[in-house]
Formats: sequence, C-alpha cells, structure tokens
Amino acid sequence: MRKIIAPCGFHCIKVNHLSVSFGEQIVLRDVNLHIHCGSLNAVIGRNGAGKSTLVRAMLGDVSHGGDIEFRDTKNGRMQRLKIGYVPQSVNIEKNTPVSVYDLLASFESRYPVFLPKSRGLQRRIREALRIFEAEELLDRQVCNLSGGQLQRVLLSLAIMDEPNLLLLDEPVSGIDQNGMELFYDTMNYLKKHYDLAIILISHDLDYVRRFADHVVLLDQTVLKQGSVREVFSSREFERVFMEGSQERWHAKPAAEGGEWID
Amino acid sequence: MIDWTSWHNYGFMRSALLAILIITPLFGVMGTMIVNKKMAYFSDALGHSALTGIAVGVVCGVADTSLSMVVFAVVFALLLNRIERSGTASTDTVISVFSSCSVAVGLAILSKGGNFSRYSSILVGDILSITDSEILYLVIIFVITAVFWLLCFNWLNALCIHRTLAGSRRIPVAWMDSIFAVLVALTVMLSIKWVGILIINALLILPAASSRNLAANMREYHLFSVIFSMFSGVLGLVLSYYTNVATGPMIVIIASVIYFATYFFGSSCRE
Repeated sequence: MRKIIAPCGFHCIKVNHLSVSFGEQIVLRDVNLHIHCGSLNAVIGRNGAGKSTLVRAMLGDVSHGGDIEFRDTKNGRMQRLKIGYVPQSVNIEKNTPVSVYDLLASFESRYPVFLPKSRGLQRRIREALRIFEAEELLDRQVCNLSGGQLQRVLLSLAIMDEPNLLLLDEPVSGIDQNGMELFYDTMNYLKKHYDLAIILISHDLDYVRRFADHVVLLDQTVLKQGSVREVFSSREFERVFMEGSQERWHAKPAAEGGEWID
Repeated sequence: MIDWTSWHNYGFMRSALLAILIITPLFGVMGTMIVNKKMAYFSDALGHSALTGIAVGVVCGVADTSLSMVVFAVVFALLLNRIERSGTASTDTVISVFSSCSVAVGLAILSKGGNFSRYSSILVGDILSITDSEILYLVIIFVITAVFWLLCFNWLNALCIHRTLAGSRRIPVAWMDSIFAVLVALTVMLSIKWVGILIINALLILPAASSRNLAANMREYHLFSVIFSMFSGVLGLVLSYYTNVATGPMIVIIASVIYFATYFFGSSCRE
C-alpha cells in the first residue's frame, strides 16, 4: 500500500466534452469537469440525470465522445489514470459462498481463491480492511454484510489498487445515519491522507452541503458547478430540486386550467 | 449373498469407473461457476443442442458425429453468449427459444425415415460402453479446465461479482465469458454420450448447489462440490451394477438425495 501522507496538489483530472448517447437518445452532452487531487467532488442531480452513466463512461464501460486526461501540472506530463471504483452494491445473492477474503482476493490477485489462503495476500487484504475499520469482516460471507459494512469492504478494495481517482456511487439505501457519518468521515480521511481525488455520486444533499469541496449539478450536461455555496444558491439548483421535484407531481386538476409542469 | 467386489472383474466396469473419476470432479468444479453465473439454463440448452449437432453431422455426411456435435455446440455457446450480452430480451426467454428451435431441427432431421431409435441411447447415456481412447478425450478436457481454473478463476469470480468493477480492473470480461462458455460446451459434449442429454445438467448443477447449502467461502464451495460429485458418481456406478439400473440416473438420484440432505441440514444450522 502506498504511504503518502498528503495529496501533492499537482495532479489534475480533466473531463473534456464527454458525451454519451444510446441510439437516438442523448444521455450526456458536453460534460466538462476539472478535478484536483485532495478534493471531494460531489455530483448531484435528479433521477435519470445521467449520473450513473457518467460513472460508466468514465470507467470506459459505455462508449463515449470526448476524453479524460490526467496531468501532472508541475511538469505537464500526461499519465495513465487509475480509477478506483466503488459500486453501489455487488451481484451477490443470499447464500453465496463468497467471503470478504474471496471478494478482495479475486480482484486483487491471480492466486486462485479456491486454494488454501495465501498468507501474504491475506496480510495485504487485512491491512486494507484495517484502514476502514473492517478487519474483523475478513472471513464473513459477503451476502450477510450490512450496507455500511459492504461499502467499507468495497472501499478497501478500491484503495488496494492505489488509484488516482476514487469514483463512488453512493448507495441509495441500506446505510443508517451512523453509517453515513462514518462514511463521510472516511472520505475526509482519504482526501487528506492519500494522493487522490474523489468523485462521489451522491443522493444526499445534506451531506454534500457539509462535506463536499466542489459540487457538480448534472442534468444531461453540467448545469452549474463550483463551491457548495455557489451551486446551492443558484437558480439552476432551485429549478432542479425545488420546482421540479415537488410541483411536477402536484399539478392542478385540468378543470382549473392547470396542466402538467414538465 | 451379494459379492461386493465382483463388479471389479469386468473391464467395462473398470473403464466406467475411470471415466467417472475424471468426469465427476470436472463437473463438480465447473458446476460451481455455472451456478454462480446463473448459467443453469444455458448448460441445459447446450446439452439439448447435442441432438442438432448429430443431425448436422448426418446431413453433412460427417463420419464421426461426435465431431459435428462438438463444433456445433461451441458455435451455439458463443452465439448464446453474444445474444445474452447484447441484452435485447430477457436471457431465459432467448435461451429457451434457441434451445427449443435447435432441438426441433435436430429431432426433425434424425427422425426422418423413422430412424430415431438409432440415436435414442444418447438421451439416457451409457457409461459402460466407454472406450480407452474416449477416456483420453476426457483427460484432455480435464487438464485444459484445470489449467484454465488455476490461471483465470479469480477473474471469472470477479466478473460474477461486478462486471463493471471487473472491467475497471483491466480484467478481459468478454474474453472470460466466451472462454468459459466454450469450456462448458466442450465438457458437456465430450461427456454427453456417457451421461445422457436428459440428466447431464443435473450432474453439473446438483453437486455445486448442494455445496452452496453448506459452504461459507470459495475453498469450501469447491471442496464440497467435488466430494459430493465424486461420491455420487462412484456410489451410483456400483449401485447401478447391482440393481441393474442405468448408471446416469442412479448417479443423479444419489446427487439429489445429497442436495435435499444438505438443504435441510444447512437451513437448520442457520436458524
């Protein structure tokens, strides 16, 4: 594991003119982002705004226009961007015989998980889990973990790969209030003690308000980005979260001359 | 008084035992991933495609229909895999459509002129008729699978857990899918004559499914699955000899009993 005490502040990630369309349907157009290491960037937007598609495009899972560059601003050199992805959940049903060790080892090593555990690998996995206070989960079955525990395991997995960018799709459910506090504390710890940038797809505006350094309001394209105060007090923010979410479902009856607001 | 060692005096029984000692661990190991990847339906469809493979061989005038069967199954597996990935319709519907279509074509061709009874033995299978050179094919596919498992099992497991995450870790997701599908096709086709179309899927799925009732991690999952598979295989062979019942069904009956036993044992442990 890389032991860097603080972010260097010289790495930056630029997303240039990113666009995605599925057939005729345009999901994202002309998305531009500029992200520095050591910062927590929250992407917010209503359902269907293209947040998850942005994640998949950045991971190269869907084909997209535009490009993503990763630069060292000190010497201007381009580097290969390593993304640590933390998905919302994993595809593991009840009763699946996959332990936390199996999960991490499958992604992290070629040493087959069906053979007796490798000592060295187990030590590395333990170290990664320890960062997120999840060491005691090593031999637990993944299907029996709570939402918060699973997220800590997935974070350990992401960090083991020494990423330059941590890309998180925040779970919508399954994590209680304490879990959320712990999660955002961990994000703070990570951005201060590791040389990486964080992009968080978030569904919880309260936490974004408290913890994010940079906020991106997304709806097909970037409607507004900047500091928490800039975005939360903008007209675009109001339009998406105030009018949109409430009045859309409370249209007046047609008899009164009202109609769906969309 | 039954003589419990008499079966060993027959050459065909010794060959059958050898074949079972190769097939069952192979099925046990492969089943773990088939169940994990939810491909039970897929392997079932592959088994049924054997009929079409033989029919294609007959139409094209191939002397050895085993060859046309293997080639057809590999093509069929890759095709199913591709359709599945394109995600146009729900997978089970697509597989069902292709499977029934290929079975119908196979049956139509093979039954032309009322000759189907010539091929009916493949439905139930007959492990007692296996020859040494045919055992050699099983050894080859066994070795290939073992090597693939040692080199790539973690990748397979990773893509099962989360495809996008696996892709982001530079795991060749599409290649792994295809290679695994081909491997399943080869395994099914090389053993279908001995196990039978009707029950081959049970033998692939049951040991792994039983193992899931008890196992908590991948090491136990593989170990139990191989043990259950080999135990049912050997016991099934010996019992079928003394009861004069076809071997394949006897093996599957034992494997089913193990499944129910582990199911109840597992659920009583969890409570």
